[in-house]
Amino acid sequence: MFSQSHPEHYVPIFLFLLVAVGFGAVSLTVGKLIRPKNPYKDKNAPYECGVPPINDARERFSVRYYVIAMLFLVFDVEVVFLYPWAVDFDRLGLFGLVEMMIFIFILLVGYVYAWKKEALEWD
Amino acid sequence: MSFSAVNILGTMPEIYLTFFGCILLILETMIPKEKRSWLAYFTIIALVFAMVASIGLNGKGLPLYSGLYIVDPFSNFFKIIIYIAAIITILFSLPYLDQEDIHLGEYYAFILFSVVGMMVMVSAGDLITLFLGIELMSLCFYVLVGLKRDDNRSVEASFKYFLLGSFTAAIFLFGISFLYGAAGTETISGLAGFISNPGTLKPMVMVGMILTLVGFTFKVSAVPFHMWTPDVYEGAPTVVTGFMATAGKIAAFAVFLRVFWVAFSGNRHDWDILIILVSILSMAVGNIVAIMQTNLKRMLAYSSIGHAGYALMALLLPNRESLFALLFYVFTYMFMTVGAFGVILMMRKKGVEGEEIEDFVGLSKRHPIAALVMLIFMFSLAGIPPFGGFLAKFYIFFAVVHAGYTWLAVVGIIFAAIGAYYYLKVVMAMYMKEPNGSVVFHSSLMGRIALALTAGTTVILGVYPAPFVAYIKSSLALFIP
Amino acid sequence: MLPYLLIPLLPFAGFLLVGIFWPYFRGKGHWITVPLVTLSWVFSVRAFMMTLNGPPVHFVLYDWIHSGHFDVSISLMVDHLTATMLVMVSTVSALTHLYTVGYMKDDSGYDRFFAYISLFTFSMDMLLLSDNLLELFIFWEAVGFCSYILIAHWYERKPSWVAANEAFIMNRVGDFGFLLGIFLTYSVFGTLDYQSIFRLIPSHLNDTVQAFSAFHVTTPYSVITVIALLLFVGAVGKSAQLPLHTWLPNAIEGPTPISALIHAATMVTAGIFMIARLSPIYNASPAALHVVAWTGAVTAIVAATIALTQRDIKKIVAYSTMSQLGYMVMACGIGAYGAGIFHLLTHGFFKALLFLGAGSVIHSLSGEQDVFRMGGLSKYMKITFVTMLLGALALSGIPPFAGFYSKDLILSMAFHDGAFGHILWMIGIVTAALTAFYTFRLVFMVFSGKERFSHDGHHGHAPHESPLVMTIPLLVLSLGAIFGGVVGEHYDIVSFLSQNMTVPHFAVRAELSDSTLKLISVVAGGIGIALAYLFYGRPSNIPELLARGFRPFFKLSQNKWYFEEIYDHVFTRPTIFISFLMWKELDKGVIDMAVNGVASLCQNSGATLKRLQTGQLQNYALVMALGLFGMVSLFLFMK
Repeated sequence: MFSQSHPEHYVPIFLFLLVAVGFGAVSLTVGKLIRPKNPYKDKNAPYECGVPPINDARERFSVRYYVIAMLFLVFDVEVVFLYPWAVDFDRLGLFGLVEMMIFIFILLVGYVYAWKKEALEWD
Repeated sequence: MSFSAVNILGTMPEIYLTFFGCILLILETMIPKEKRSWLAYFTIIALVFAMVASIGLNGKGLPLYSGLYIVDPFSNFFKIIIYIAAIITILFSLPYLDQEDIHLGEYYAFILFSVVGMMVMVSAGDLITLFLGIELMSLCFYVLVGLKRDDNRSVEASFKYFLLGSFTAAIFLFGISFLYGAAGTETISGLAGFISNPGTLKPMVMVGMILTLVGFTFKVSAVPFHMWTPDVYEGAPTVVTGFMATAGKIAAFAVFLRVFWVAFSGNRHDWDILIILVSILSMAVGNIVAIMQTNLKRMLAYSSIGHAGYALMALLLPNRESLFALLFYVFTYMFMTVGAFGVILMMRKKGVEGEEIEDFVGLSKRHPIAALVMLIFMFSLAGIPPFGGFLAKFYIFFAVVHAGYTWLAVVGIIFAAIGAYYYLKVVMAMYMKEPNGSVVFHSSLMGRIALALTAGTTVILGVYPAPFVAYIKSSLALFIP
Repeated sequence: MLPYLLIPLLPFAGFLLVGIFWPYFRGKGHWITVPLVTLSWVFSVRAFMMTLNGPPVHFVLYDWIHSGHFDVSISLMVDHLTATMLVMVSTVSALTHLYTVGYMKDDSGYDRFFAYISLFTFSMDMLLLSDNLLELFIFWEAVGFCSYILIAHWYERKPSWVAANEAFIMNRVGDFGFLLGIFLTYSVFGTLDYQSIFRLIPSHLNDTVQAFSAFHVTTPYSVITVIALLLFVGAVGKSAQLPLHTWLPNAIEGPTPISALIHAATMVTAGIFMIARLSPIYNASPAALHVVAWTGAVTAIVAATIALTQRDIKKIVAYSTMSQLGYMVMACGIGAYGAGIFHLLTHGFFKALLFLGAGSVIHSLSGEQDVFRMGGLSKYMKITFVTMLLGALALSGIPPFAGFYSKDLILSMAFHDGAFGHILWMIGIVTAALTAFYTFRLVFMVFSGKERFSHDGHHGHAPHESPLVMTIPLLVLSLGAIFGGVVGEHYDIVSFLSQNMTVPHFAVRAELSDSTLKLISVVAGGIGIALAYLFYGRPSNIPELLARGFRPFFKLSQNKWYFEEIYDHVFTRPTIFISFLMWKELDKGVIDMAVNGVASLCQNSGATLKRLQTGQLQNYALVMALGLFGMVSLFLFMK
C-alpha cells in the first residue's frame, strides 16, 4: 500500500532476533544441565534478602520502595548520557563540557531536592 | 552541533524560566512554611524577567537550532499571553492555596515548568520539539491537577487526565511517525514542502494528519476529545483550572494553527471539513450541556469547550483576517476566563469553595463589587457589548463570513445565543434573587489586583481595543501566504 | 484635543470613582462629582470659545471596530451646535449636581445617585460629541439606560420601577426604528460617518425602496425619506412626541433633579439634536419634514391641553416639557433648525428652573405634590417663588424673558413656511395661550391664595425655604431664564448655530409683519395669564363651572386624552391576554412541541449528553476512539 517495500533490508533484523533468542535459549539450557541442584526453603523464597514474604506477594508495597526506585532510575539513567560524552569527550570539546555541566546541575537540583525532602531517609 | 550564541540568545526566556524553576525547587526546601508567599513573589519576578526578554526578542523572526525552534512575533505574542496568565494565576493563588491547605513550594516550580512547556510548544518548528513541549506541559498539569491529595475528586481528575493524556500522546506520536514515514522529515517547513505534493503517499499523510489532529483537539478540548475536560476542570484546584483553561489551551491553539496553516496548508481542502465538524460539535455540546450544569466550574468547563468551537472556526481560512481574529479571541478569552475562575475561588463557604451557582445567589446584595466583576466576565463570555468578548466573537464571525462560510457563522451565532442563557443565569442568580446561605467573598490584596486587571482589561478590550489591536496586528507577521 | 476630551471624561471619572467605591463614600460622593462636573463645565465653555470663530473640530480617538469594510471609529466632532449644546448640558448638569446635594440629603442611595448622574452627564456629552451614527446610537442607548436606572432610583416603590420600565420599553420601540434607520443608512451609503453620509446624499436622492412589496403595494418610496422617517421614530421615542409620549409624564416618579436634568433639559432634547445634526438628510426629504412638523405641532397642543387640568405639580411641568418639545420638533420640521435649537437652549434653562423649583416646593412640603394641597407659599419661600415666577414668565413667552425670543422665532418661521404654515402658526399661538394659562395656574395655586396644606403632616412646622445648595442653582438658572433670550437674539445665535447647516430659504410673506406676529403671540400669552388670574388667582368658582359645563372636554384633558387607557386596551391588555392565552392554551399544546420544544430539546439533549459524561474512564477513551474512527472513516468515504 505504501512505498515500494524492500524485504531484503529486514534480513539483518531477522538475524539479530535469531541470535538473541538463540543466546538466551542456549545459555539457559546449558546452565540447567551443568549446575548443581540443591534447593532449600530460604533459597526458594522470592527474596533472598529483605523483607520475608509472609503472605500473598500481590499486595500494596510501602510507597518508599517507589521513591527509592524512582531515585534509582533518575540517577542511573544519568550514566547513560554520561558514557557517550566521556567516549567522545575530545571531539565534543568545550560545548560538550558546558552541556554536561548543565545536565549535571539539573540532576544536582533533583538530588538536593530529594535530600532536603528526606526522600533518602527510610523513615 | 555547534555552540551558537544566537540559539542561546533566542531561547533565553525559556532558559531563564527553567533556571528559576530549578532555583525554586531548592529554595522551597529551605524556606519555612510561613514564608512560602515569598516563592510567589519570586515566581512573578521570574515571569516578568522572561516577559522582558521575550519583548526584547520581538520582531526578530529567527529559526533557531537548524529550524527546530522558531522565535517570531507570533510565538512571542503567545508567550506573552502565557506569562500574563501565569502571573494572574499566581496572584490568585496566594490566599487560595493556604485556604485549601495545599500551599506547596513545588506548585510554583510546576507552574514555571509548564510555562516552559507551553513556550516550547508555541515556538516549536519541529514535531518532536512540539511533542516535548506538550509532554512537559502535560506532566506538570497532571501533578497540578492532583495537588489536593486529600480530595478524591482532585486525585481522580489527575488520574483520568493522565491516562487519557497518555492515550492521546500515543496517538499523536503515532501520527508523527506516519508523517515522518511519508515525508522523511519532522520539521514543519519540511512537511509543508512535501505535503503540497505528496504523490502516492497521500493516504499516509492523511492518516498522520488526522492522528495529530486528535492530539491537538484533545489539548484544546474540542468534541469528541473533550470528555476529560469537565471532570478535570471540576476536580482540579480552581487556580490550576483557570491556568489550564487559558494558558494551556491557548498554547495548544498556537501550535494547532502553526502546524495546520504551515505544514498542512497544501491539503487545506482535506481537513477543513474535519475542522468544521469538530467546531460545530464543540459549540453544540459545549453550549447545550452547559445549560444543565449546577456547578460553576463544570459549567465553565463546558463553556470553554464551546469557546474552543468558536475559535476553531478561525482556523478555516489561512489569511491575516482569520489570524487576527483568533489572536484577538484568545487574548480576550484569557482575561475573562481566568478572571471568572478567580471570582469562583474567592467564594468561600465553611472552609470550601463556593463553586455552585447556588452559592452566587444574591451576591450583588452582599458584595456588589464581586458581583459586578462577575457580571463583566459573564457578559463578556456571552459576547454582550461593550465587553471584549463581544468584539472577539464579532471578529471571528466576520472572518468566517469573509472566508465564505456564512452558514457556519450563522450556526455559531445560534449557539452563541443559546450560550448566553447559562451565563445570564449566573447574572440572574447574583442580581435577581435574595441572598441565602453562608458564602462569603474572601479576597486578598493580590487577588483584588488580579481581578481589577482581568476585569479592567475585559472592559477596555471592548471599549478601547485600539492599543491591543495595534499590538496584535504587529504580531501577525509570520507565515501568511 | 485633550481639553475637548476632558469634557466627557471628567464626569466619567467621577462616575468610576464614586460608582466603584460608593460603599466607602458614605454620603460624601458629591465631594468628587460636583468639582469634576464643574470642571467639565469650564472645559465646555472653553470649547465654546474655541469654536466661536473657528471651523468645526474633528478628531479620531481610535478605531473601535476595524474589520474589512466595516470601520467604526470613536471620534469627536465639535461645531457650533455641539459646543452650544455642551455648554447648556454641562451648566444644567453642574447645577443639578449641586442641587442634589440638598435635595437627596439622607437618601440611602445618595452616592449611587451621584455616580449615575455623572454617568448620565458623560453619556450625554458623548452623544453630543459623536461623529458617526453608531457612536450616536451607543450613547443614545446609554442615556436611555441612565434614565432608566435613575427613574428607578427608589426601586422599592412600585410606581418608580413601573415608570422606569415604561420609559425603557417606550424608548425601545423608538430605538427599534432608529436602529433600522441606521441599518438602512449603512446599506445605502456604506458608511456611518456623518460627513461621508452628507457628501453622498446628492447621489442617492432618487434612490427608491419597494417597501411592503409583500402586500403588492408597488409604490416606490424615496430611500432618503424612509431613512429620515425611521430615524425620526427614534426621536419620537426619546423626545416624547405623540404617540410615544406617555413615558415622560410618568417619569416624574424619579427624583426631581432627574426630572430637571434628564426629562426636561437634556436627554429628551436628544431627538431634536439628532434631527438638527442630520439636517442634510431631512432637507433632502420634504415629505419627512412634513411628518416631523405635524408630529411636533400636534404634540405641542395635545400636551398643552392635558397640562390644563393636572393636579400633580411635576406632571404639569412634565406635560409642558412635552409641549415645548413639540414646538422644537415643529421648528425642525419647517427647516428652522436654528430656531428649534435656540428654543431648546432657552427651554433647557427655564424648564430646569421650573422643575428644580417644583422640587424645592415639594422638598419644603415633605413630599406633597398635589397643587390643590398647596397655596400661599410665597411668604415662606421667597427665593423659590421669585425664581419660579421668572421661569413661568419665560415659559409663557412674555418679553423680555428667554422663552419669548425663541418661541416667537419659531412661530414667525412657521407663519412664513409653505402650504401649511398658517395652520402650524395658529396651533402654535393657541398652544402659547394654553401654556401661559396652565403655567400661571400652577404659580397661583402654589404660591398665592389660602394655605391648603395641612400643617401637622409636615413635622408640625411651617414650610421653609430650601437650603442654599438648592436655591443657588435656582438663582443661576433664573439668570438664564431672564437673559438667555436677549443674549441669543443679540448675537444672532440662530445663524451661529446653523454653521454647516443648509437652512431652507423662507420667503417672507407680506400679510403680517414680524412685529405684528410678535404682538399677537404676546397678547395670546397675556390672555392666558389673565385667565389664569381670573380662575385661580383669586377666590373663584369659574373652574368648577367650566369643568361641569364642558365635562367631556374636561375629562378628556384630565385623563390625558385617554392615551394610557388606549395603549392599555390596544397593546398592553391584548399582549397580556395573548400571553395569557399562550400560556394557558398554547403552552399546554403547541408550544410544548414547538417553541418550548426547542428549549427542552436543548435541555434534554443537554441532559442526554450529560449522561454520556459518566465519569468512567473507559467510556471517555471509547468516545475518543470512536471520534478518531469516525474521522478516519469520514476521510475514507469522502475521498
